[in-house]
Amino acid sequence: MSGETSTIDKMVDQKYQHGFVTDIESDTIPPGLSEDVIRAISARKNEPQWLLDWRLEAYKHWLEMEQPDWAHLNIDAIDFQAISYFSAPKSDKDRPQSLDEVDPKLLETYDKLGVPLHERARLAGVAVDAVFDSVSVGTTFKAELKKAGVIFCSFSEAVEDHPELVQKYLGTVVPQRDNFFAALNSAVFTDGSFVFIPKGVRCPMELSTYFRINAAETGQFERTLIVAEEGSHVSYLEGCTAPMRDENQLHAAVVELVALEDSNIKYSTVQNWYPGDENGLGGIYNFVTKRGDCRGARSRISWTQVETGSAITWKYPSCILRGDDSVGEFYSVALTNNFQQADTGTKMIHIGRNTRSKIISKGISAGHGQNAYRGLVRVTPRAKDARNYTQCDSMLIGKNCGAHTFPYIEVRNPTAKVEHEATTSRIGEDQLFYCLQRGISEEDAVSMIVDGFCKQVFKELPMEFAVEAKALLEVSLEGAVG
Amino acid sequence: MSTMLKIKNLHVTVAGNEILKGLDLELDAGEVHAIMGPNGAGKSTLGNVLAGREGYEVTQGEVIFNGKNLLELEPEERACEGVFLAFQYPVEIPGVNNTYFLRAALNAQRKHRGEEILDSVAFLRLVRQKLEVLHIGDELLHRAVNEGFSGGEKKRNEIFQMAVLEPTLAILDETDSGLDIDALKTVAEGVNRLRSKERGMIVVTHYQRLLDYIVPDKVHVLADGKLVATGGADLALKLEEQGYAWLADGGIASLDSDSAAQMANP
Repeated sequence: MSGETSTIDKMVDQKYQHGFVTDIESDTIPPGLSEDVIRAISARKNEPQWLLDWRLEAYKHWLEMEQPDWAHLNIDAIDFQAISYFSAPKSDKDRPQSLDEVDPKLLETYDKLGVPLHERARLAGVAVDAVFDSVSVGTTFKAELKKAGVIFCSFSEAVEDHPELVQKYLGTVVPQRDNFFAALNSAVFTDGSFVFIPKGVRCPMELSTYFRINAAETGQFERTLIVAEEGSHVSYLEGCTAPMRDENQLHAAVVELVALEDSNIKYSTVQNWYPGDENGLGGIYNFVTKRGDCRGARSRISWTQVETGSAITWKYPSCILRGDDSVGEFYSVALTNNFQQADTGTKMIHIGRNTRSKIISKGISAGHGQNAYRGLVRVTPRAKDARNYTQCDSMLIGKNCGAHTFPYIEVRNPTAKVEHEATTSRIGEDQLFYCLQRGISEEDAVSMIVDGFCKQVFKELPMEFAVEAKALLEVSLEGAVG
Repeated sequence: MSTMLKIKNLHVTVAGNEILKGLDLELDAGEVHAIMGPNGAGKSTLGNVLAGREGYEVTQGEVIFNGKNLLELEPEERACEGVFLAFQYPVEIPGVNNTYFLRAALNAQRKHRGEEILDSVAFLRLVRQKLEVLHIGDELLHRAVNEGFSGGEKKRNEIFQMAVLEPTLAILDETDSGLDIDALKTVAEGVNRLRSKERGMIVVTHYQRLLDYIVPDKVHVLADGKLVATGGADLALKLEEQGYAWLADGGIASLDSDSAAQMANP
């Protein structure tokens, strides 16, 4: 086993490839959180009064809340007063009207990351609303989308251009006081994405946003709102990488999805925030609240996530199955290596009749990584004939990591059918030897076995993302088998 | 014929127990040798140690394969040099397509030999050819490696892999175990089609019946970590008749290989 261990170690020791810092002068509000800071954020963004009030209300709730400690995570105390809550690239004050006006350094950064912004995006047919730190700098394909009646813009733009839509839906899925981090986000969120698909429209392309944390000690508080009107379809991709950094960075995003009658929202994430170094130093704290509301009958929301980054991931993309015959899905691959910790899963709340949900979760732990699946399936008394299928598989690579499963099932209607399957396996010495015996190198064997393990989830991803996810897993695992 | 494999005084320890206790064996290219013996004699250990499995510690002796010290090579290097082990219990790899797996294996070996990598079109052409030769269908191609395969399918898949990888030395570890007679025939037929004068094979089996279909050039009897008898194909029949018990009496152990062969071929 010593040979295997050393290869695994080598793989695990792979350095974070996207670790670099772009030198852009940031227009940053000094660290600290108070009503004044929130007013300052709101003022810089020229927000209407109602939104400022909304933020302040959230802040009031937040002050009364405590950071949750129920997750299977070891978290150093976070000093919320040491965080700067606003940072925008300076050259972005006069918002660029096209990519030509974007700071070339920024474009260079995207280049290094392989973000398909220019022709690459066009060729791939992907519209990109790239969020750099807190302000959106470039949105492509606006025209094509406009023709279809689709609104895809930064959250700030949406507040300016479509305040009635924002006001109508903001906070209706994740209320301000939902949880500690959601309340914090509601108070201080700086930007994010807004998507609106009108009635009967099938969005002509996949919508994609790349996020990136850049300025030092800047928390990233994204707010994303996607509304699919009756009978519409949309597929949204969210992917991110972050530069190398020592300080822990807080990321507390909120994503709200609203699916009206017969609509369909597919939300895919590849998360590759900086995970910290091999000793567990640094890395992003990723506390995300993602929730979809299947508000209309026969609506469908599907979450797919590949989580390989962050020092700490706390994230439960959920579906509220309110409409009759609505469908919620959750496909997840979560990988923890070195000293990464993840507590992730989903909640499926069955309220409507004949609602269905499916959960496929694949956890991979390597190094000293700790990986917990936490999932709730709740069938309310009204949810006649509700169905859930949960499959929850864990793979352990090496001997110092851990996998934990916390399924919660609450059924209050006797007609419900809820199935739960769970497995835990160690990357088999047998599997590895079988591959080696056929001439396949250890590294290739490990990535092949892991890729196979994740297949059910990868096949839910849009093509370009599936390729990226596979590559990401390989990089994240380099050095990790035993 | 040249000696392809030369095993000299091989001692192997597994978890502190000595399993092979001075095994000697020579195999020429083109030959098929059968290794028979009772349970616990060390039959599977031989295959595993030749393939380089972890946990099998060679304490003494040497193995020369085509002039190279085999024991110095990593398992994947041995595979690339042409050593193939057909597993007694082929391993399932969920989610990994069988064809993809085999192409990765073949290309790793081709790369090692400095040959061109096969693209998927060329590879599929090769696969079709091999399937035809082996008279097996293509239903296994589309499934994940051994996942949910029946015992017979798993063994057929091993033979299919062997056909595609074209090893110099193939070790079949109890390929007959758990097979019904039809599956056994299919597998044996496949093996026979892959016999060639460049290829050596070691067929490890507990029962004689496989050797009704794969007729070996030599039969060795392995007992208590050593080869205690060597003979022609008929030695297997003798063993079948009399069982392994008479070995324990020292019956055959006291015979040299020639007289054992004579006994088996009166």
